[in-house]
Amino acid sequence: MHRFLLSGLLAAGLTVGGVAPVLADDEVVVYSSRQEHLIKPLFDRFTEQTGIRVRYVTDNAGPLMARLRSEGRNTPADVFMTVDAGNLWQAAEHNLLAELDSELLQDAIPAHLRDPDNRWFGLSVRARTVVYSPERVDADELPGSYEDLADERWHGRLCLRTSQSVYNQSLIATMIARNGADDTEETVRGWVSNLATQPFSNDTSAMEAVAAGQCDIALVNSYYFGRLLNQNPDVPLDIHWVGQDGDGVHVNISGAGITRHAKRPEAARQLLEWLAGEEAQSLFGALNMEYPAREDITPEERVASWGTFRADQTNLSEAGRLQTQAVMLMDRAGFR
Amino acid sequence: MSATAASATATTGRWNRWPLPLRGWRWLAVVVAAVVLGPILVTVAAWGQIDTMIWSHLWSTVLGRLVTNTLLLIVGVGCSVLVIGVSLAWLTAVCEFPGRRFFDWALMLPLAVPAYVLAFTFIGIFDFSGPVQTLLRDLFGSSDWFPPVRSAGGVILVMSLVLYPYVYMLARTAFLAQGGGVMEAARLSGLGPWQSFFRVALPMARPAIAAGTALALMEALADFGAVAVFNYDTFTTAIYKVWFGFFSLETAAQLASLLLLFVALAVFGERYTRGRARFYQHGSPGSQPRIKLRGWRGIAAVAACVAVLGLAFVVPLIQLLWWVFAHSLADFNRQYLDLLMRTLGLGLMAAMITVTLALLLAYAKRVQPDWLTRRAVAASTLGYALPGSVLAVAVMLVFTRLDGWIAGMLGDPGNQWLTGTVWALLLAYGIRFMAVAFNSVDSALEQIRPSLADAARSLGAGPGRVIRQVYVPMLRPGLFAGALLVCVDVMKEMPATLLLRPYGWDTLAVRIFEFTSDGEWQRAAVPAVTLILVGLLPVMLLVRRSVVQRRRMAAPVPPAPEELHPAAPARP
Repeated sequence: MHRFLLSGLLAAGLTVGGVAPVLADDEVVVYSSRQEHLIKPLFDRFTEQTGIRVRYVTDNAGPLMARLRSEGRNTPADVFMTVDAGNLWQAAEHNLLAELDSELLQDAIPAHLRDPDNRWFGLSVRARTVVYSPERVDADELPGSYEDLADERWHGRLCLRTSQSVYNQSLIATMIARNGADDTEETVRGWVSNLATQPFSNDTSAMEAVAAGQCDIALVNSYYFGRLLNQNPDVPLDIHWVGQDGDGVHVNISGAGITRHAKRPEAARQLLEWLAGEEAQSLFGALNMEYPAREDITPEERVASWGTFRADQTNLSEAGRLQTQAVMLMDRAGFR
Repeated sequence: MSATAASATATTGRWNRWPLPLRGWRWLAVVVAAVVLGPILVTVAAWGQIDTMIWSHLWSTVLGRLVTNTLLLIVGVGCSVLVIGVSLAWLTAVCEFPGRRFFDWALMLPLAVPAYVLAFTFIGIFDFSGPVQTLLRDLFGSSDWFPPVRSAGGVILVMSLVLYPYVYMLARTAFLAQGGGVMEAARLSGLGPWQSFFRVALPMARPAIAAGTALALMEALADFGAVAVFNYDTFTTAIYKVWFGFFSLETAAQLASLLLLFVALAVFGERYTRGRARFYQHGSPGSQPRIKLRGWRGIAAVAACVAVLGLAFVVPLIQLLWWVFAHSLADFNRQYLDLLMRTLGLGLMAAMITVTLALLLAYAKRVQPDWLTRRAVAASTLGYALPGSVLAVAVMLVFTRLDGWIAGMLGDPGNQWLTGTVWALLLAYGIRFMAVAFNSVDSALEQIRPSLADAARSLGAGPGRVIRQVYVPMLRPGLFAGALLVCVDVMKEMPATLLLRPYGWDTLAVRIFEFTSDGEWQRAAVPAVTLILVGLLPVMLLVRRSVVQRRRMAAPVPPAPEELHPAAPARP
């Protein structure tokens, strides 16, 4: 036991030396809800090219935002990065993000993928559409719209991810913006009554259920399908772009903004502009099978093979504005 | 003969029976309690602002189901950990059957498995698209009759499998400590084996069993990882829904404080029904003949042990290893050595700090068991029932405020002295796992009868010697056990680590989060397997300790007063 205690003391001693780093000027601090393995290769490349070091903390967007709020003007964070627009909208709403007047970013990123007041910018695009079993779903019955998934022909054939997922919340929020709350609630009730099984905790499980025959069609972000194909190229599933006759595919973004109390706003601007550059844009998508935010950059090969689609042009700040309403609507409709 | 139920001595003047009988103990306890309670109070203080829209929405839609689900979870997990933990403890502590020596320690292994890891592994194996149901469909054409995996039953099963070791461990120690004399006496007075178990052994082990069950239930209440994987809505889910979906941290804190209130009532309720009885155990166990289980009884005992160990540990580990080798071996790199050392280092540091604080609290409670001290001590253990994220935010709020003051005084904004340091993280661990450390330390302290110290002092031993030669040797196993338990729990902890770790302090749990947050279970298998293996280190130490303890118990224990004579110094 003495050895046990000694090693503990040693560890404690070592720690004290390494606490409270003082940050240099050639560094930039990122609070990110995008996972480390998807951002580290980008940051490493950025450091190589600019000499600016990137430090980051990853967590869910909620806790990170709480941290930004409570740290106030003492925050070490320069950049806040999320995997959805709703959380960026919230951050801007709580005055946590600063306006960034960058011609480069405004030119590169399409208008519906950034804040109208330039406080956050989409850096990659994630499309939410259906993946289905070609054996059990005929080409002519594929859904033309999200509302179509509420049709009776999908009874007992639909698999969904939980309503706790921010991707479903954003989707419903944009549907409310388009069709109004009453019609959307009707649609969600239809989805719930079509469910083949309880909602899953993630998109991958929903697709695996389709592959295993538990249901025929699932609503997922396209990059999850890409990942599944990377693991198993023979998986008997296909992707279909929803809403091509109507309002287009619902897209969300992974994006970022500069914090209100950034200590190194110049380095932060450099990072964001670099992330919107050509190299970063191809890398961004390639790392996670997502679509680049810039329309002039071609996506990764497998992703490109799924063809092009028309995206919903509703500005994504609507997803933030209506998110609370969307969560309440799904609670009322019994979507768990 | 082996145990006495001594009612608490009159409170007045009791403290001078203890070494270091300082009047300041009470205030020490209050200070420690205040540090622990600070962040909890921040949570409770959120009631200043009530968002009626969110509350009426919750009330009219999901709250009913959440409360029902939570109650179902508690009752289910409570009953299962009691049945599994107590019966397995009885089998390995009192009976003899093939493989008993192996199961004796192996049944502690699931302690190293985090609930969220078992949850996703379990679904991976048993859900519709998993290997088991796929095989069943290949064989019989349909697996529709298979019980639904992502259901209340599934969550209860998974939670019970990771939480039963708390009950098993404590109940087993209690049964071992009772010794054969108790059962002998019970049988001599005409009770059958079942009757002696239910009417004598079980009631005597009740404090230990209750403590273990309380730990298991508090953990079940605070869990978010496992219920999220199952998409099973509980009270904790509501906290996160309100926070992440409605962006109301205040309402989330209000819900969390309701959860705390619930736990506080349960804790005080248990204390109340236990009454003022205290069990000081001083038997000479170890030598009693074990009950031999022959024929189908022996087979049933082995089957029960195999089933629990298989479901909770062996099968999930095999599935994880399969994922590692089939999908994500490439992820494994030298970085994992750093992750491992950091995880272990944090666990050890937190263990030492938490156990030290727990010892201060437990000692204060014994020296000055007045109203204030007892309440302060009880309140300090409430943090275990707070969902990790809520606690982490509360600690963060306290620290950022302090940072603001410091920065204001120094006129140096942007530099953080407390937030984002390892101290904030260690404090959060301390608050969260105080209950774990306190239970071990307190029960060790409770085994030291007041008369023992009296005897030592009447023989002329000064307070220093009483501490060195009575307290330290008798406390050491409890302190050690508490430290190891905290160490394991800290290594498994995820939400507070995520929010409060300093830059670069990623642990294995953080790496698991990176993958599971996006449903990449196969890739999460690499850090998950590593975490389970690291967690086995303290668990094995715990096992070894309990084996050593049993050997020690076989010898005449505790040290007789004459051993305190200088000529024959007491040895641990």
